[in-house]
Amino acid sequence: MNLNRSALDLWVGVFVAVGIAAILFLALKVGNLVNFGSVPGYRLEAHFDNIGGLKARAPVKAAGVVVGRVESIKLDPTSYQAVVTLRIDQGYQFTKDTIASILTSGLLGDVYIGLDPGGDPQMLADGGKVGKTQSGIVLEKLIGQFLFDKAATGSAATGGTK
Amino acid sequence: MLSAVANGFVSALRRIGGRTVTIVAWLGYATRFGAAVILETPAAFSRLSLTMREIYFSGVLSLVIILVSGLFVGMVLALQGYDVLQRYGAAESLGVLVALSLVRELGPVVAGLLFASRAGSAITAEIGLMKATEQLSAMEMMAVDPLARVVAPRFWGGIISMPLLAALFSTLGIFGAYLVGVKLIGIDTGAFWSNMQAGVDFRYDIVNGVIKSIVFGIAVSLIAVFEGYDARPTAEGVSTATTRTVVESSLAILGLDFVLTVFMFRGVG
Repeated sequence: MNLNRSALDLWVGVFVAVGIAAILFLALKVGNLVNFGSVPGYRLEAHFDNIGGLKARAPVKAAGVVVGRVESIKLDPTSYQAVVTLRIDQGYQFTKDTIASILTSGLLGDVYIGLDPGGDPQMLADGGKVGKTQSGIVLEKLIGQFLFDKAATGSAATGGTK
Repeated sequence: MLSAVANGFVSALRRIGGRTVTIVAWLGYATRFGAAVILETPAAFSRLSLTMREIYFSGVLSLVIILVSGLFVGMVLALQGYDVLQRYGAAESLGVLVALSLVRELGPVVAGLLFASRAGSAITAEIGLMKATEQLSAMEMMAVDPLARVVAPRFWGGIISMPLLAALFSTLGIFGAYLVGVKLIGIDTGAFWSNMQAGVDFRYDIVNGVIKSIVFGIAVSLIAVFEGYDARPTAEGVSTATTRTVVESSLAILGLDFVLTVFMFRGVG
């Protein structure tokens, strides 16, 4: 291989440029970097009795539009409530009486947080706490409750005939 | 009779002990060699033209096999993935399936295996032959350090090439999946890309994939230059060293991949 210097430099340059372009393609087109980190945001806090299957990095949606992500989930050691920190993209403001609820997209889909703004003129600021929350649904509890109710009504009915 | 058995037992023990000592000594030599190569890093970058030449040989000349393999791996993934996904009515998730498997695993691992057999073996054979024809000794006699002149540029050339090759592999794979999934099977273009963008995270998936490919690049390059430098200076020795490079690199890639995956992708949130 007797390539002269300039031809070799050219090929290596093409290789490095194409490689970097591939990384950029992965980042921008596949990973959708456009709204990652670079978008400034602020934090909100919400307390839930039960978060169900919510995980960190889950989307936060308002009217179905992704407006932020779940940053962290902790347990409050005194009230035994789950403290969920939300990172909301700058530019989205929510009213003080916003309701945060834990929802599931479809029967087996991802768990996300839905925000329903109310009519309060005041807006939540950075570090603010979402006052009203609706816990996630735990399917086992729901089934258990259903069976318990069935059993209760069944025994009441038989008790009535006696 | 009894003493013969005892003698056989003792000599077997002796052989096991001898082999263990040899292996541990070899491991120590390999570590010392790795440290010496890393200490020669300034040499690789102060004489950039040497490193450029190695990027050309291990990177540019590997492009064809990497690009073609990536394209076909992506196309096969799309066909197989579609076959399973459409049973559950989730054919639109093909984009995210292909993108995640390529970016997280197949890109770094398959590109690493191809790189080990295409470029790693060539590096070992070249350095081994230099040793067999006493070119390395000649350099030492002329007060040229072969670690700085021969080994360090090849080591760094491999490390620079590997992440770029892995990224190109993933990109071509996603393009192949796009060709099969959207153009051939007829999945909606918008659903293909938007599912991919919703399911792939930059920090979590892509950066971790790039870190994997850099680690594999370091492992393959180090094994290749070490086996070449350590080769017995005979024709047979060079061939054995080349084989060892491919086998050891492949095992190292698969083992490291498991360890890295455990650390990177275990139980999020």
